[in-house]
Amino acid sequence: MSSTTPVLPGESIVHLIGRATTSLVELVGDIGLFALCMIPKLFRGVPSKRVFIPLCFQIGVRSVSVIMITGGFIGMVMAVQSYNQFRLLHMENRLGAMITLSLVTELGPVLAATMLSGRIGSAIAAELGTMKVTEQIEALRALGANPIQYLVVPRFLACLLMIPLLTAVADATGILTGWLFSTEILGINGFHYWHHVNKFITAWDFLSGLTKSIFFGAIIAIIACHRGFNSEGGAEGVGRAATEAFVYSFVTILVVDFFLGVFSNSLYYLIWPNPLVTG
Amino acid sequence: MNSNTTPILELQNVSRQFGSQHVLRDITLAIHPGETLVIIGESGCGKSVTMKLLMALLKPTSGNVLWSGSPVNTLKEREISQRRLKYGYLFQGAALFDSLNVFENIAFGLRQNTDLKDQPIHDIVIQRLQDVGLPANVCNKKPAELSGGMKKRVGLARAMALDPQVMFFDEPTTGLDPIMSDVINELILRTARQRNVTNVVVTHDMRTVKRVADRVIMFYPLARIGSDDPQIVFRGTKKELFDCENPSVSQFVRGEAGARIEELNAA
Repeated sequence: MSSTTPVLPGESIVHLIGRATTSLVELVGDIGLFALCMIPKLFRGVPSKRVFIPLCFQIGVRSVSVIMITGGFIGMVMAVQSYNQFRLLHMENRLGAMITLSLVTELGPVLAATMLSGRIGSAIAAELGTMKVTEQIEALRALGANPIQYLVVPRFLACLLMIPLLTAVADATGILTGWLFSTEILGINGFHYWHHVNKFITAWDFLSGLTKSIFFGAIIAIIACHRGFNSEGGAEGVGRAATEAFVYSFVTILVVDFFLGVFSNSLYYLIWPNPLVTG
Repeated sequence: MNSNTTPILELQNVSRQFGSQHVLRDITLAIHPGETLVIIGESGCGKSVTMKLLMALLKPTSGNVLWSGSPVNTLKEREISQRRLKYGYLFQGAALFDSLNVFENIAFGLRQNTDLKDQPIHDIVIQRLQDVGLPANVCNKKPAELSGGMKKRVGLARAMALDPQVMFFDEPTTGLDPIMSDVINELILRTARQRNVTNVVVTHDMRTVKRVADRVIMFYPLARIGSDDPQIVFRGTKKELFDCENPSVSQFVRGEAGARIEELNAA
């Protein structure tokens, strides 16, 4: 599916909506089939360390600085934006609880995934797209390697492993900067800050956020590899694949985040029907 | 070449289209063990697609591809992958893996498909580099650091690493200077003579045809022929090719634009 659906001569808006819908369904189906093709290959042995370790380095280690910057500023922005509202209610001591809860359940995973879909997703799509248009993917098949096994599985596993770890780094950095800004600049008492964090934040909140990031890692890897494998038309096609990898991943992350949020809440109330009301 | 033996590769009434664009129509051809078949024709007439169909890198829209008499479409994916190792493919742009150095490129097939340890792999890689006339000190270079001719030679070394029975050459001399072109032609001849490899060469370089061909076929673009005309306009030896009086063939061989100049003027 192209990212825009042009109106053809003599076409009504109904036709246009129909065509756009068909294209969307085709795209989602194609990505789904691509993911299904990969699943059996996940169980055909672990990827070679020659391939996997450099990928983890590329995806994980090389992203630490941008992720720390992202997480760090989210923590401080949360403190700046919320402080006045909390102060009006004389609840500024609870700022830590709000910052930490928002970070670990929502902002940390989603913003880290957004940043990484731009950094990693686009890079994967561009790399695989270049391999496609320069016949390197066909060369892999000619040399007895399965391109899904050799290219997609290691990237998928590396994203699955590294993106939750990077999310944890973003969470930790955001919590640290939020605390430093709140206590050192806004003058909130450190004891009360952490007291309310301990009171409101549970392991469930951390785990639900990190679980989301595993899904986001899978989404980024599958969409990026799919766009790379389907790129055509030389440099322009590779550029388009990189852009589409980011845009499609970002949209999918937001949609999946909503459904995972609903599912996580439902599961929480199923396990603990009468949660302890704190305050 | 012995035409009584089972063809090592065969296309039976093969057609292939991409979307609504028809590239090949009803192609039948057989390649016998030990021969060097050269496929010539204008750009876009389906030569490279034919090689990819023969290698089972593409599936035909209709018709059959046979490997040593077995239809490829009856084989399982894993079996195709295993049997494909008997075939080496030199891609048009060499298709070296950018992220790997020369050594790892040549060793790739060995690492993927054999249990050989590092030392035997090292020995094979160095031997293949020598076969294509490259020094061992290129091993650590990345493909981006190589010239066009070196890339082609590394691509050939990589394709030869698994001792294939059939070698496919997709426009092996395109973009190379005349001297390097002759080196590549010589390497094609050597692989055929020294290893008794069957060669399939796609080219529009008549010097390559003169030097390496046992047999030549010529394709014509479907857009330029009638719906009932055969797409293969010539089959024969290279002598017959150069003596052929069919204008479609002789113009191509001599590099004459013919009616295309009139089309250009009329446009």
